[in-house]
Amino acid sequence: MTLGSVPQKFKVSIDRDQCMDCGRCIENCSYGVYRREGDRILVESRKCTACLRCVAMCPRDAITLIEKPVDYRSHPLWTREVREDIIKQARSGKIILSGMGNARDLPTVYDRLLLDACQVTNPSIDPLREPMELRTYIGKKPSRLKFRETESGDIELETKLAPNLELNTPIMIGHMSFGAISLNSQLSMAKAVKEIGTFMGTGEGGLHKELYPYQDHMIVQVASGRFGVNIDYLERGAAIEIKIGQGAKPGIGGHLPGEKVNEEVSRTRMIPLGSDAISPAPHHDIYSIEDLVQLVRSLKEATEWKKPVFVKIAAVHNVAPIAAGIARSSADAVVIDGFRGGTGAAPKVFRDHVGIPIEVAIASVDKKLREQGTRNEISIIASGGIRSSADLAKSIALGADAVYIGTAALIALGCRVCGNCYRNLCPWGIATQEPHLMNRIDPERGAVQVANLIKGWTLELSELMGAAGINSIESLRGNRDRLRGYMLDEGMLKILDVLPAGA
Amino acid sequence: MKTVRIDAKDMHYTPLNQKIRAAVADGAEEIILDNVLGQRFIGDGLKGNVRLIINGVPGGDLGMFMSGPTCIVNGNAEHAPGNTMDSGMLVIHGSAGDAVAHSMRGGKVFIKGNIGYRGGIHMKQYGVESRPVLVVGGTAHSFLGEYMAGGLVLVLGIGKDEAMTDRGIGSGIHGGEIIIRGEVDDYLLGIGAKKFEFTESDLERIAPIIKSFCEQFGYDPAEFLNTNYTKIGPASSRPFAGKYVWE
Repeated sequence: MTLGSVPQKFKVSIDRDQCMDCGRCIENCSYGVYRREGDRILVESRKCTACLRCVAMCPRDAITLIEKPVDYRSHPLWTREVREDIIKQARSGKIILSGMGNARDLPTVYDRLLLDACQVTNPSIDPLREPMELRTYIGKKPSRLKFRETESGDIELETKLAPNLELNTPIMIGHMSFGAISLNSQLSMAKAVKEIGTFMGTGEGGLHKELYPYQDHMIVQVASGRFGVNIDYLERGAAIEIKIGQGAKPGIGGHLPGEKVNEEVSRTRMIPLGSDAISPAPHHDIYSIEDLVQLVRSLKEATEWKKPVFVKIAAVHNVAPIAAGIARSSADAVVIDGFRGGTGAAPKVFRDHVGIPIEVAIASVDKKLREQGTRNEISIIASGGIRSSADLAKSIALGADAVYIGTAALIALGCRVCGNCYRNLCPWGIATQEPHLMNRIDPERGAVQVANLIKGWTLELSELMGAAGINSIESLRGNRDRLRGYMLDEGMLKILDVLPAGA
Repeated sequence: MKTVRIDAKDMHYTPLNQKIRAAVADGAEEIILDNVLGQRFIGDGLKGNVRLIINGVPGGDLGMFMSGPTCIVNGNAEHAPGNTMDSGMLVIHGSAGDAVAHSMRGGKVFIKGNIGYRGGIHMKQYGVESRPVLVVGGTAHSFLGEYMAGGLVLVLGIGKDEAMTDRGIGSGIHGGEIIIRGEVDDYLLGIGAKKFEFTESDLERIAPIIKSFCEQFGYDPAEFLNTNYTKIGPASSRPFAGKYVWE
């Protein structure tokens, strides 16, 4: 081993004066950092992922964790990460796999957009007193309405309306499959969305029987592997989503390793026990925009045109014309997943380098659809790195109808964003199929936490809207006048169609 | 047997499927569709034990998501018949386009003639019941059984010197088997596909399928039971296990 070992990422130490030797750190760490030898708890820092489960569970705050206790000679180009990736590939000759979303320190456009508020000339609205209309409908809107007068003199709507999803708040939970995450995580989120009156995605992992009671709040996904997809599954969902691409790994498929395909996962995905679940890069029945039309319509035809069909794409360079094509395909919503979108596992080079920011994708798609007169034909759902109610409000002001959250919902369940989702060892019971780990999540309590997060953001969104003198989400949508760019260049401002701060 | 006749002339696929569903709900056991010309999605998501006789050329995605029915097509079929089909049977008295039996999970698709590219792509299987079968009387274009995860693809090469002459057979295959009558040159195999010895027990296993195919199209099964086959399967059930290193 001429390469030797690389410096450890974290150093864990126990304050022996504080420690009461309860052993909870040993019990809780699924990575094997702690072990007991005689009357002493020993620490093996190299195994630590900074998931912080031990820190959260230690009753005495006796654990300290330091990042990069030994660092390399600093260098602006040859960073620690770059050097370690090279060492890893020199050892293995393989593709580096990573978890969670883009981990590069790139500027976040959301953080350079500022929201507006009323002062003097137009009064702000107090959401305590005035009703705030946050109800959002996802799906096609008619370009005009036709009415007719009945014999009794009543007025009736003649226009046939397309099926829409009714959301009490413009926040949904995105697609995280059973297999990538545990059943208890899915159950927690399902209970939460049912309580709130919104929706969540199944991901490409089928719909587990225990989720049937929540099926009216589930969007079922059809991806290139077609796992778990049959007519029963399509009929159960409130809506159907075709996944073309994912922000964390645009252009490639997914591989659920055989180790994660236990009996339950096998049953739900309808694949043999222990076999790799491979989703090809393209859908092999979609090689063109015309073929996409055919898949959209095949799903509508199978469910007798009763369910909205969404198409999810990764935000890539040509996102606007692609979305314009989708708007003409009979699809009811386009989901755009930005380059910061999370994942259970993706090649690092894709996670960190492929795709574009969601903020610019929303703005350019909304603009293109308005130019082509098809904005009413399709709703825009934005996802990929939505962290707060501010990101939500800015997304809607840029032109989105609603957002999908993913990582934020997982953080509400305990996730500390350690990024080791692909190891099946998640100590928080989220990205794992191990029963003893998964049972760390109580779906009842998990549901309260996730619902609390959505409630908190919804309250904040009402306040932000009220402050801007807006009492309906419809009036915020695409309302770029309520945004200003701060330290954004002219090109970026033009794409976003936003004025600079002060203008 | 309760039979219903529907004239599909100039009819769009949605009202056509509505009529089919209504007939099934009304207890029809056989539905004859006349003058079918390019209507897509016939039998899409259809359930039950009904038998559809399709006179004409159906459009793409015939029998997609279908669960139970039998469709007999007296003509050719377009793109992806049997797409993501769950159970039931498609019998096509002609040829079919690309992506035949795409992602099919169960049931049978019998094609008398030839098929296009990507036949049997990503076919899968589950449990004992759900084991899909695609039989092609003639030949198939490239990428036959690509990414295949289960089930059986059988190519008989009737009327051909060689059953398969296109490349990329079974690229990325990680389950199931592709059986081709006669010899198959090694260079036609895709990455991850491997030839296995075709044994007596294999022949015994596929004999009922061959007989059933011959019965549908009026062939004598004897000549297909007294011949050589090449069996192609996955070189590994974990084709990507060695491709990655963790961050």
